[in-house]
Amino acid sequence: MTRTALALAAGLALTSLSAQERPHAFVGARILPIESPEIASGVLVVQGGRILAVGGPDTAIPADAVRHDLKGKVILPGLVDTHSHIGGTEGADGTAPIQPDVRVSDSVNLRSASVMKARAGGITTVNVMPGSGHLLSGQTLYLKLRAGETVDALALGRQPDGSYLGGMKMANGTNSRRATGPFPGTRAKSASLVREQFVKAQDYQRKLKEAGDDPKKRPARDLAMEALVEVLEGRRVVHHHTHRHDDILTVLRLAKEFGFKAVLHHVSDGWMVADEIAKAGLGSSVIVIDSPGGKLEAKDLRMVTGAALEKAGALVAFHTDDPITDSRWFLRSAALAVRAGMSRKGALEAMTLNGARLLGLQDRLGSLKPGKDADFLVLGGDPLSVYTHVEETWVEGTRVFDRRDPRHRLYAVGGWGASHDTANPSHLMALEAEEMHQ
Amino acid sequence: VTRLACLLAAALSATLAGQSLAVRADLLHTAAGPPLKDGVVLIQDGRITAVGAAAEVKVPAGVPVRRAKVAIPGLVDGRATVGLAGLLNQPHDQDQLEGSAPVQPELRALDAYNGRDPLVAYLRSLGVTTVHTGHGPGALVSGQTFVVKTDAAEVTRGVLKSQAMVAATLGDGARAREAGKAPGTRAKQIAMLRAELVAAQEYARKAKEAEKGKEPARDLRKEALVQVLRRELPLLVTAHRAQDILSLLRLAREFDLAIVLDGGAEAYLVLDELKAAKVPVLLHPAMARAFGETENLSLETAAKLKAAGIPFAFQSGFEGYVPRTRVVLFEGAMAAANGLAFEAALEAITLAPARLLGLADRIGSLEKGKDGDVALFDGDPFEFTTRCVGTVIGGVVVSEAELIREPLR
Repeated sequence: MTRTALALAAGLALTSLSAQERPHAFVGARILPIESPEIASGVLVVQGGRILAVGGPDTAIPADAVRHDLKGKVILPGLVDTHSHIGGTEGADGTAPIQPDVRVSDSVNLRSASVMKARAGGITTVNVMPGSGHLLSGQTLYLKLRAGETVDALALGRQPDGSYLGGMKMANGTNSRRATGPFPGTRAKSASLVREQFVKAQDYQRKLKEAGDDPKKRPARDLAMEALVEVLEGRRVVHHHTHRHDDILTVLRLAKEFGFKAVLHHVSDGWMVADEIAKAGLGSSVIVIDSPGGKLEAKDLRMVTGAALEKAGALVAFHTDDPITDSRWFLRSAALAVRAGMSRKGALEAMTLNGARLLGLQDRLGSLKPGKDADFLVLGGDPLSVYTHVEETWVEGTRVFDRRDPRHRLYAVGGWGASHDTANPSHLMALEAEEMHQ
Repeated sequence: VTRLACLLAAALSATLAGQSLAVRADLLHTAAGPPLKDGVVLIQDGRITAVGAAAEVKVPAGVPVRRAKVAIPGLVDGRATVGLAGLLNQPHDQDQLEGSAPVQPELRALDAYNGRDPLVAYLRSLGVTTVHTGHGPGALVSGQTFVVKTDAAEVTRGVLKSQAMVAATLGDGARAREAGKAPGTRAKQIAMLRAELVAAQEYARKAKEAEKGKEPARDLRKEALVQVLRRELPLLVTAHRAQDILSLLRLAREFDLAIVLDGGAEAYLVLDELKAAKVPVLLHPAMARAFGETENLSLETAAKLKAAGIPFAFQSGFEGYVPRTRVVLFEGAMAAANGLAFEAALEAITLAPARLLGLADRIGSLEKGKDGDVALFDGDPFEFTTRCVGTVIGGVVVSEAELIREPLR
């Protein structure tokens, strides 16, 4: 018994090891590389977590490659969700409207069912954001949805100082207004409070610079100011919740005034100010919702925003804002954007490469190109068809979702236990018993 | 003056009665049989007078013909709160839930519905021609629902049923918001409903037995429950957990109620019981959020209900935040992509809700004698890339394009 267990364990270890080391060749699928023309019947070769080759049927396949026959399937780069709350995240609390020192990485639960559902939706990279209701609610976290349950296992990367890659979440409009407390009561006050903090951060930045290498001259450590200095120096992108046309323009002004990199998020009225957004050169992460309304600032939300921004020449990506829209049907955002007039090419690029661009990771993610991370999906059909299911999700050369596995399928379609943070073990045992009888 | 009045009256009655129009589609889904290639629906004075292959249906001279790739019956939203739960979600446009008491069956949807809420126009532009709307979930008995066409700006017209059902809720959704108020528990909810129904039985008995002139004072709340007891108004009960669904079935048996299960996230666990009780289901939107009481919902429940032979229809339901309303077209699409056959998914947003509302003689399919309500598409209606290119109610084109590009005004 023990011997069998040991042998099994060794076998499993070997399998996972070889999955990393032996090349894998995916043959016969229609491949949409995004950065290069579609291939009707292609070959994708990956090894060591990276893409080795993408090409037509004549592409050389290494002799030791594990072959996957994917005739009739479609391969798409892994989806990049530029704004999500999977992992039951929390950010700043109700004590102040601006809390740059709060890190979402200190709250994310990667055993949450929402993480597995995101894999089931074909999402391989995700910007996990702290919650809403503040002018600045904390530092965001860029994750790769590798197999694993810890932030260290899933962190997309680290900055030179060892901190996790991520951005800074900000908001304006009605989101951060409150009737009481230290929170702003008007839009002008909101901008004013933000401006005050950035002026303070500029001052802190200047003192740091003046101190140079002399620790005695350095100002006392201020974690909030340190984070804002990262923003001012372009090392941390501001992910800015903003809906109404005038609020969008306020973000454009503040970004220009302080020279920080910003991405507009939600952008409900984006279709009204698409030219202004394009002219400012800011990227947008757009949400697609079934209907407008539900709150004042979303009353004019339209599915046409993606198309309007594309036409204006602005950079567009999409996001789920999970749980606002469900990660499992993220591809639907692209289809609905096409319904409202966006080009098919633009919509697919928005789901992948443009998302990577908004996170500053376009050299590593978002398209199928030799040297890039082996993050991709195997789809049953056209990516924009409702009848298409995500069949497999691969992250860095490892399959993290397989619809054929009943335990994974449960997350994809729902059912008893599909939303439990760690799936009900008795349910899993029942599934395994079923498998044994098949 | 008399002549002008006559003309005006004639014009008005023409509007009320609808107009004449032929819809010719490359593919015509009637929901009453197999799809027709190059099919025509002929609408005269608002009613369908012929349906068939283009070669067989003669369109009278002067009747305009509107062409489309695909045409289907106007969509019927099985259970909505649109018109009561307004676009802005601000106190002034929220009339789907009255919080002053847990049991208020006397509240009528007709007295609250705003046909000019922008969301009604939004749904209409996506092919929805009829909504069963009214009081929402969130109270033990929240009030009544009604059925109206989506082109009716005022409820002086277009109402198919002024009283459709009495809406109730079981489980967490019906718990009192304040501690110490009733109902605080599930058992208390059933106990309260039982007490209300017994009181209504007593009221009806006294009214019946009373000598003329000595009838009990009118009690509108009890009168509404008497309508429920007489099966004139089905009790529409929002319940998601299997245990709540079973409590509902017991209560229905005890009082011989006509009930409709609303929501039913865990309905797949109690299919045999639902089938035995002959309870139809207004299933939660396929894409409803899975959390709290709906955490176990499945995209495949619709397919399971169909396989079990349990009548069901889709709904846009109630959303407290965003999206303010769901769209049954999209919900049917997700079910069609998850095990439910295309025709069955189409039926679940057309003929099935019409049957469930007792209106299958008027709406829900393209058949001779029924209302001329049609939705036109430029492709497979379930593909999210397809557009609704026309909505027809009573032979009148009430929408030319989806309101997904322009502001709602």
